[in-house]
Amino acid sequence: MPKHDTPLMDELESGPWPSFVTDLKRQAETKPECWDILGQMELSFKDRITHWKHGGIVGVFGYGGGIVGRYSDSPKQFPGVAHFHTVRINQPSSKFYSTAKLRAICDLWEKYGSGMTNMHGSTGDMILLGTRTENLEPLFYDLTHDLNQDLGGSGSNLRTPACCLGTARCEWACYDTASICHHLTMHYQDEIHRPAFPYKFKFKFSGCPNDCVASIARSDFSVIGTWKDDIRIDQAAVQGYIKGEYKPNGGARTESKAFDMEADVLALCPTKCMRMKGDELQIDNSNCTRCMHCINMMPRALRPGKQQGATILCGAKAPILYGAQLATMIIPFIEINPDNEYEEVIEVIETIWDWWMENGKNRERLGETMQRVGLPTFLKVMDVTPIPQHIKIPRENPYVFWSDEEVPGGFERDIREFRKRHAQ
Amino acid sequence: MGYDPANPMADRITDIGPPHFEQFYPQVIKENKGKWLYHEILQPGVLVHVSETGAECYTVRVGSARLISIEQIRELCDIADAHCDGCLRFTTRNNVEFMVDSKDKVQPLLDDLASRGNKFPVGGTGACVSNCVHTQGWIHCHTPATDASGVVKAVMDEIFDHFVNMDLPAKVKLALACCLNMCGAVHCSDIAILGVHRKPPMIDHDAITGLCELPLAIASCPLGAVKPAKATNAKGEEVKSVTVNNDRCMFCGNCYTMCPAMPLADPDGDGIAILVGGKVSNAKSNPTFSKMVIPFLPNTPPRWPETVEAIKNILEVYAKDANQYERIGEWAERIGWEMFFETTGIPFTMKSIDDYRLAYDTWRTTTNFKFTSHCK
Repeated sequence: MPKHDTPLMDELESGPWPSFVTDLKRQAETKPECWDILGQMELSFKDRITHWKHGGIVGVFGYGGGIVGRYSDSPKQFPGVAHFHTVRINQPSSKFYSTAKLRAICDLWEKYGSGMTNMHGSTGDMILLGTRTENLEPLFYDLTHDLNQDLGGSGSNLRTPACCLGTARCEWACYDTASICHHLTMHYQDEIHRPAFPYKFKFKFSGCPNDCVASIARSDFSVIGTWKDDIRIDQAAVQGYIKGEYKPNGGARTESKAFDMEADVLALCPTKCMRMKGDELQIDNSNCTRCMHCINMMPRALRPGKQQGATILCGAKAPILYGAQLATMIIPFIEINPDNEYEEVIEVIETIWDWWMENGKNRERLGETMQRVGLPTFLKVMDVTPIPQHIKIPRENPYVFWSDEEVPGGFERDIREFRKRHAQ
Repeated sequence: MGYDPANPMADRITDIGPPHFEQFYPQVIKENKGKWLYHEILQPGVLVHVSETGAECYTVRVGSARLISIEQIRELCDIADAHCDGCLRFTTRNNVEFMVDSKDKVQPLLDDLASRGNKFPVGGTGACVSNCVHTQGWIHCHTPATDASGVVKAVMDEIFDHFVNMDLPAKVKLALACCLNMCGAVHCSDIAILGVHRKPPMIDHDAITGLCELPLAIASCPLGAVKPAKATNAKGEEVKSVTVNNDRCMFCGNCYTMCPAMPLADPDGDGIAILVGGKVSNAKSNPTFSKMVIPFLPNTPPRWPETVEAIKNILEVYAKDANQYERIGEWAERIGWEMFFETTGIPFTMKSIDDYRLAYDTWRTTTNFKFTSHCK
């Protein structure tokens, strides 16, 4: 039985897109606190403002993150959501599930929570939405003992790492994103669960420059698959596209105009490194920047090269506070090597952390620290030799920070000696 | 056994991390990981991946509201049990993917999904509007300037045809963040819906002493608008508090994040800004930020008609004008932003010109421009 009138929410039950309101009402039949979710949401729709109080520090013993505290500002009216804490559960890499696992999570949440979830949160966790403080410890006990699952990150720590689906079902992935994501998640459990950083730190692993997890836009440590050798070409399949036997762009349009090699591939190549010589597609690989466009257009004919690895970029973030940043290219190519448990990648990560934990200000993302100290300083910290690939364009201002030891004779000079030769 | 409140640390298990992903792979994935040759989208929402072993993996992609109940998840499980040997996955953009290993299993799966009303729309592939990634909004967040799930439902209902068809010039990635913290990292989306505040924070002098570290509140302001000040609380006592220089406030809300005694949300002050033309893919053109083209639309629940209309308009003009394979930002760059404003009819105002940090990089420093109706 509905507990509150919700005329505004009810408006969102119609239309072709799945309705979370209908879903909430269905769930309310067995989890009556969902009526209070609907009720408070209705009040927000009416008042056009949130009815959640600011913050609230709750958690489980020994962890500094993974639970986000939340309290209603109208608990008398909506007692079912007086406490409405969120539980972040670390997702399996690439978000594959068995139904047995999902059903177990549903049963857990039926027992301890509101029954509502986000599949998934923006960072990648499963989000269990809305429970009471006294349920947190019992929930965590069952989660770890019966479900073999753990909490994800929140606060100033390593946030739950995330990855694309990688080699599991994608022909373009240049490394196994899920394996390294899982390995580093396990390796850094302490950093995920116990905040010790200046601010949040995100790892995201994309298998190719199409970057399906938006790693370059939102991770402090972005690992994007790439290759060093030549794009693999199947010339017969190229002809298949030219003759219209295969759908261009992997069939991405229901009604595509006829494939036009010149207009759709060669002319849109950002480096113009491709040409047709007779029936043969030629690629000047030394001038290719591996953007993926030609491969996206002709997936049956072209594939990334065989010498695969990843580019590491650092410092992406959303706008708060001094503006959004895309990640900056730091290491052009690194092997992603499971045989030595990703030793090279781990070394890069820990070099960053050692420095950032010392030098980052409170609530300063890595990208902001990098901006504050400058890229040359960051490269020195990383022990990376500067190369033209680090910049879009050479510097336009002449203000170079030379140091004492770089200039013959150094900075110490005698003004009196100077005046002997140069009257004031 | 089970949790013992009298002895909370007894046989405690911590730091076990997530279960290993491999145990959840469908058989066809297990057998062909790393061996995939190519893929093709057979129809909107249906992909085939072909392996060098000759195996095929058919994927049916289904949109989801993201805010879903365990009843809904159990229904997803019922479908995966019936058709996919009990395996399924979720995508970064909140879609659900059902995978089967032969073509004859696709149609029964599609029929099953279609028989369940509007709960499982098949689409979200290729040159379509993607599922809208979004944040919490009024369902859970304490700092939002707009709702999330409600706005997304209203928008997706109206542009639904573009989710289930692949009829746009290129893919359009849609995202919503309910405030400038941008938990949804919408700043590189083709179309971004962003909750914005327009009123400076109020200061709760009665509560600030117990709630806030004043130096943190002061340091939280990127423009130095928050200063220490003495104030009088409701009891008539003088308390240490802060004052806000309203002329300097850019309504970012960072002070409220740091100090709960400085709320700034407001029914009339808050609303939605629209940003367009961002992308994260490196294909053809570099990853780029979205640009704010509409600084403010009001919060008008339950269906936010102004926001829905604005997005429909941008999509329709883009669909008509852009070249095939051109993302929204690539189209706007090619025709010039003055033509973007001209063809979309979006008003250009003083608010459309950047005046924050690095703004100079966005000013035009060339005589190369197009004469549009803006030049009187």
